[in-house]
Amino acid sequence: MITTNPSIPKEKQSSNDLNQKLQEISALTWRLFIQLIRRPSTLFAGILQPLIWLLLFAALFSNAPIDFLPGSSSYGEFLGAGLIVFTAFSGALNAGLPVMFDREFGFLNRLLVAPLSSRSSIVISSVIYITTISLLQSFAIMATSALLGYGWPSLGGFLLIAITLLLLVFAITGLSLGLAFVLPGHIELIAIIFIANLPVLFASTALAPISFMPEWLGWIASINPLTFAIEPIRMAYHNSVDLNLILINAPYGDVNGYSCLAILFILTIGLFFLIRPLLNRKLA
Amino acid sequence: MFFIQLRDLFKSYGPVRALDGLNLKVPKGSLYGLLGPNGAGKSTAIRIICTLLAPDSGHVEVGGRDVLLEEKEIRQRLGYVAQDVAIDKILTGRELLQLQGDLYHLDSKYKRKRIDELIQRLDMHEWIDRRCGSFSGGMKRRLDLASGLLHEPELLILDEPTVGLDIESRSVIWGLLKELRKKETTILLSSHYLEEVDELADEMAIIDKGKVIASGKPDDMKKELGGDRVTLRVREFSDEAEAESVRKLIRNINGVSNVVVNQKQGYSLNFLVKSNDVISNLSSHLSKENFEVFALSHSRPSLDDVYLQATGKTLMDAELELAGKRDFKLENKKSMR
Repeated sequence: MITTNPSIPKEKQSSNDLNQKLQEISALTWRLFIQLIRRPSTLFAGILQPLIWLLLFAALFSNAPIDFLPGSSSYGEFLGAGLIVFTAFSGALNAGLPVMFDREFGFLNRLLVAPLSSRSSIVISSVIYITTISLLQSFAIMATSALLGYGWPSLGGFLLIAITLLLLVFAITGLSLGLAFVLPGHIELIAIIFIANLPVLFASTALAPISFMPEWLGWIASINPLTFAIEPIRMAYHNSVDLNLILINAPYGDVNGYSCLAILFILTIGLFFLIRPLLNRKLA
Repeated sequence: MFFIQLRDLFKSYGPVRALDGLNLKVPKGSLYGLLGPNGAGKSTAIRIICTLLAPDSGHVEVGGRDVLLEEKEIRQRLGYVAQDVAIDKILTGRELLQLQGDLYHLDSKYKRKRIDELIQRLDMHEWIDRRCGSFSGGMKRRLDLASGLLHEPELLILDEPTVGLDIESRSVIWGLLKELRKKETTILLSSHYLEEVDELADEMAIIDKGKVIASGKPDDMKKELGGDRVTLRVREFSDEAEAESVRKLIRNINGVSNVVVNQKQGYSLNFLVKSNDVISNLSSHLSKENFEVFALSHSRPSLDDVYLQATGKTLMDAELELAGKRDFKLENKKSMR
């Protein structure tokens, strides 16, 4: 339902519901981008760490035998996909921080007192912002990887990478936003981000294939959402993109490309339905 | 006609009862003061009116609309200046106002015009294009007020707007509120500064422990006390027994009423006198029982006297008492969504 302020002439306000929603989402998203432009360290820090890993780990295993890793000519090529996904994952995991700071320091109350056409605008603007940042950071890693000689995907591969990253970023952003509304403060949220980051990375196929892992770790890696994003991206660097191919030889069975994307999609939708009642309660 | 009506409002935070059957009516176009110490329930009542919080039970109406059923309509019509200024340190003052205008769906031309008007009116032009993180407390408060007024609300709610401000900033804000009152904006002002409520409010309510315990026009409430206020000490530091003896003596003097022992102030006695003659004869009454006047002060009735009469303690004593019981964790939880 459209509401307008009776004190102000109607022609001086947006009276169309869609216009109102676009206006508030644009304003909230632009606010986040202004913060980024004036404090770009967040953007660069998100690129720097995976970049260092790419350089150091690739150098570490540069003399490994040519058939060391399945399907890859070098460790750098193998690692690239893992770090692209890790970059997106880390970026998305931080999605809750701006919202948490707004909660803690009262800015969220300013937004909630305003006659937003829908309070989901607050969440949507965060999702748009974090998705943009995470994708930019991931593409920066892709570009560096290409400069180091680890290849560049075809158009079809590029599209697959974009879709995979989008699904992962939406899922993890939803999780992070949910945590931002549940946890009491930014210290707790940062603690969870800090604790979760590296174990989730190591318990995936970012740094090594499942065949290298002991059985217990292999099980964890084969249900880790990062693995379902990494393997399609690894395939995207090959000349032909075929989602029917088996990408994961998991202890419970083989998983092809379509299944990887489907699992990511279900995860995204599932997390959305999980946090929705929480967001409704907190923002209503 | 009343613009805000609260009926039988209850709200608890766990075992702590913040509102205990609060009833309040704010006339349209008035500047209405809510007076009470920190922790009395003023901010909780305000958050409910601003749709930030739902009451446990009770009825809340703003502009004839039920707050729980017509939230969006109410938010369009109100401007809220919170107790803790919440600004984005990275944005400039102008950018914050632009964001505010977009959240209220103002079109860009009108938004620019209103922003320029408010910058001029609140004397912000020298610093409005600096980042908010560099602002002093007074600047932040003026900016906050501007953002509350940007969309020309019918109702402006201010929660402790001048706490910690310099005299100049306070004067600017008071001046603006008086102007708004002339334009018949309904203003609800919560404060624990007596002089602020006395200076600005057309009507007021004293809130204590989640209830309104007295309400009316400030001048009428002072007149209702029925006389000037006297504070008497028979000794520098008296004790309860002695104070009680003096109280029994004084209350029987013709022209004396409402005798109260003020324990927090060394067992002094506070009472009202109908005329100056009563004060002149006080010494002779006391000497009959071997008491003497150690110290005596006499003043016209103030809002502090009104508060003392209604609650049995001064506002400062109430603040100090509640300060010792403050639960900062709970207060933080209350203000966080």
